[in-house]
Amino acid sequence: MTAKKKTTVIAAGCLIFFLAASTIMVRSVDRLRPTVSGQDVLYFESPKAIKRASLGYTGLMACIYWTRVVQYFGSHHHSSATHYNLLAPLLTITTYLDPHLVIAYEFGANFLAPAPPNGAGEPDKAIQLINYGIQHNRDNWHLYYDLGFVYYMDVKDYAKAAQVFVEGSRLPHTHPYLKLLAAQMAEHAGEYQTARMLWSATYENTEDQQIRKNATDHLRAIRVDEDVRQLQMAVTRFGEQTGRLPSSMHELASFMELRALPVDPDGIPYKLDPDGRVLVAHPDDFPFITRGLPPGYKPPVPGSVH
Amino acid sequence: MSARLWHIASNTFREAVRDRVLYNLVAFAILLSGAAILVGQISISIEKLVVINLGLTTVSLFGVVIAIFVGIGLVSKEIEKRTLYTVLSRPVRRWEFIVGKFFGLAGTLVVNTFFMAIGVFVALFYVAHKFTRPDALIFVALYFIILEFLIICALALLFSSFSTPLLSAVFAFSLFVIGTYADDLRAFAGMTTGITRWITSGLAYVVPNFSAFNVISAVAHGEPLSTVLILHNTIYALFYSGLALSGAVLVFEHRNLK
Amino acid sequence: MAAIEILGLEKTYLAGFWRNRPKRALFPLQLTVEDGEIFGFLGPNGAGKTTTLKLLMGLVFPTAGSARILGHAWIDPEVKAQIGFLPEQPYFYDYLTAHELLNYYAQLSGVAANQRKRRIDEVLVRVGLTDVAGVQLRKFSKGMLQRAGIAQAILHDPKLIFLDEPMSGLDPIGRREVRDLIQELKAQGKTVFFSTHILSDAEALCDRVAIIHQGQLRGVGAVQELTSSVQGKIEVTWYGTQIPSAIKALGAECHSTGEITRVALNENQQDAAIDALRRDRLRLISITPLRTSLEAYFVEKLQCAETSAGAKA
Repeated sequence: MTAKKKTTVIAAGCLIFFLAASTIMVRSVDRLRPTVSGQDVLYFESPKAIKRASLGYTGLMACIYWTRVVQYFGSHHHSSATHYNLLAPLLTITTYLDPHLVIAYEFGANFLAPAPPNGAGEPDKAIQLINYGIQHNRDNWHLYYDLGFVYYMDVKDYAKAAQVFVEGSRLPHTHPYLKLLAAQMAEHAGEYQTARMLWSATYENTEDQQIRKNATDHLRAIRVDEDVRQLQMAVTRFGEQTGRLPSSMHELASFMELRALPVDPDGIPYKLDPDGRVLVAHPDDFPFITRGLPPGYKPPVPGSVH
Repeated sequence: MSARLWHIASNTFREAVRDRVLYNLVAFAILLSGAAILVGQISISIEKLVVINLGLTTVSLFGVVIAIFVGIGLVSKEIEKRTLYTVLSRPVRRWEFIVGKFFGLAGTLVVNTFFMAIGVFVALFYVAHKFTRPDALIFVALYFIILEFLIICALALLFSSFSTPLLSAVFAFSLFVIGTYADDLRAFAGMTTGITRWITSGLAYVVPNFSAFNVISAVAHGEPLSTVLILHNTIYALFYSGLALSGAVLVFEHRNLK
Repeated sequence: MAAIEILGLEKTYLAGFWRNRPKRALFPLQLTVEDGEIFGFLGPNGAGKTTTLKLLMGLVFPTAGSARILGHAWIDPEVKAQIGFLPEQPYFYDYLTAHELLNYYAQLSGVAANQRKRRIDEVLVRVGLTDVAGVQLRKFSKGMLQRAGIAQAILHDPKLIFLDEPMSGLDPIGRREVRDLIQELKAQGKTVFFSTHILSDAEALCDRVAIIHQGQLRGVGAVQELTSSVQGKIEVTWYGTQIPSAIKALGAECHSTGEITRVALNENQQDAAIDALRRDRLRLISITPLRTSLEAYFVEKLQCAETSAGAKA
């Protein structure tokens, strides 16, 4: 073997070894520093500075920051985080770079306002963000919808919500739904029906998977809460008429003259515990329900989520 | 290691010194002393933070620029000026030339960093009037910066072994930027599925991962650094430099010197 | 033992953006250079001389073929400790002084530390750079760089020295010195292989020459053999512009330059010419056997290459 061939073989061997070894090292270094992983670091905080640093390529930079928003929220939500400190600044930067990125305002309405673990618990910032969006996108009814949604769901300021929906319904190219919602605010604020309408509208009008999933989860929870409320009322009526609690869900179903056992949105029958409480079979599958939970139920702890 | 390798390394070092590469130290000194005096006067209660952050960032950036702009010329300049002919017509193996060049440049950067480090400590003493225990962490940050330089040197050398200086500079600088955001890249790769995931993850692991080397901000806040991280980063830097150097040797070993 | 045996080395470069246009720089070359001779490698610019030297130095890898240098495979790194190489138009690390440059090369060639200084001083004297040994090479003229190049080629006392266009860039005195140096090297028992396109240098120095043109070897031989190929011709010169009628009668053309006239004749016409000059009382200057100059041979070889190429086309 000539010296050249020998060197080639040894260098190729080293190349492969070092490639594998350095990959392994990256992984192990990653494990060492989960808390300082890139996602928790906002390299630059000033939107203006970032805009300057993007050398005019603000569109691309906005896309990069938008991706970081999704990634940041996704990974934190996945591990049931209790804080989303960077969500608001990331969204602010994104929309500063590209004020016409409507999806970002929508995202803010859905995930910035709700309390943890479902959102950042910062409705004020959400409202600020959407108002900024409205300033730059005067004719977009989506933003009025998002703003009204936050006022209704998170601030519980129904009058303000109604006002926003009315404003939105007067836009040149609006959705008829907004007028309906405005009316609903006036008469049925706080009812399941209204919440369902809002969540359905959210579901219908977005293409973002994460927002859709969130809306679906809420709609399912609303159905469960409504079902459980109805069933619980039937249990009470049963007690009033017979002087005892129903012994099983079958007995309750026939008392209610239902042809089959009542089932939750997953098709699994509700349960009845010995104390006459109506429960869902798998509470972990319904993140937002307020009824039908076993006594002392705790939502899944971080890490056990699949 | 062969004596020739050492001679090539020391000649590379001498070249850098004679080509006035170390003049950057003057710029560094002016910048840092200016900053120290400025923050000392306006007293914004984070003087130390400013000096450590600015000092270490400058050490890092100056070094990266030197590593890239000297590194890219190491091989291509010798080919272009035909100085390589009289070297390789001696009993010098081509790999010795590459590895010698690497050590020469790395040595230049270590010396450069050493002088800059003195500057950082002097500036720190000027604003804080004393040293505290956490200040020792600055040594770790400097050590990580040097590890980063090793990788960049090796990469610049790799590109220099087959490309023109201009393209090499572009490649090396791009990889430096990509490497800085490598863990974001890996996170993005994790969000994709299927074959895209394989490809992007593969790429994300092949590019240099510099994110774990940047501890400047942590050090400025006096946050402790685990010895395991120091060890791991050391091993990673050695492996990755080895990777780039092996590539450079492979390319150079087969290169026709027209 | 042959100092250099070139066994069919050939080189084809791939040109073009997609590396799809093969360009033959050197056709398979067979050449042997004996130990202790001065060998001239002749050819016009771009003939393949430098490619051949680069192949031998391992700077470029051959498409096919191999070579042996001093009895070893030519790519054996250890063989390189025994050869010296002066590239064409050498350029060196201009941030070094001549002394530092030679010291660096001595280190790379493995000259023992205790002999380095003595060797460097010797070669600096030899090439006449002692006075500027401490000057950075960036201040050197072209001629001085050429001298430094020769110094580095003979620095480690190699057995075999390759010189690519060693006379280029030198003034007449410098060329004289290099000629002397090459002859001195031969006297020391070294083998010198040098390429040149200046024929007079080759003619004055070489034991044997090879002529290469368009990547192909056109002829190899001792200078004596190549230049004595015209048999039986003499040149007769005399004072005066007068041409004896007897010489005119021989049918040869006479040339007068100033006070001297010359004529080329066949060997058997020598006596007749002398008689004629005597008769007319003209003073004979010389009678010399006529040889083909190396230049004539060279031109002939190149022309035959061109006609054959033309015939092909």
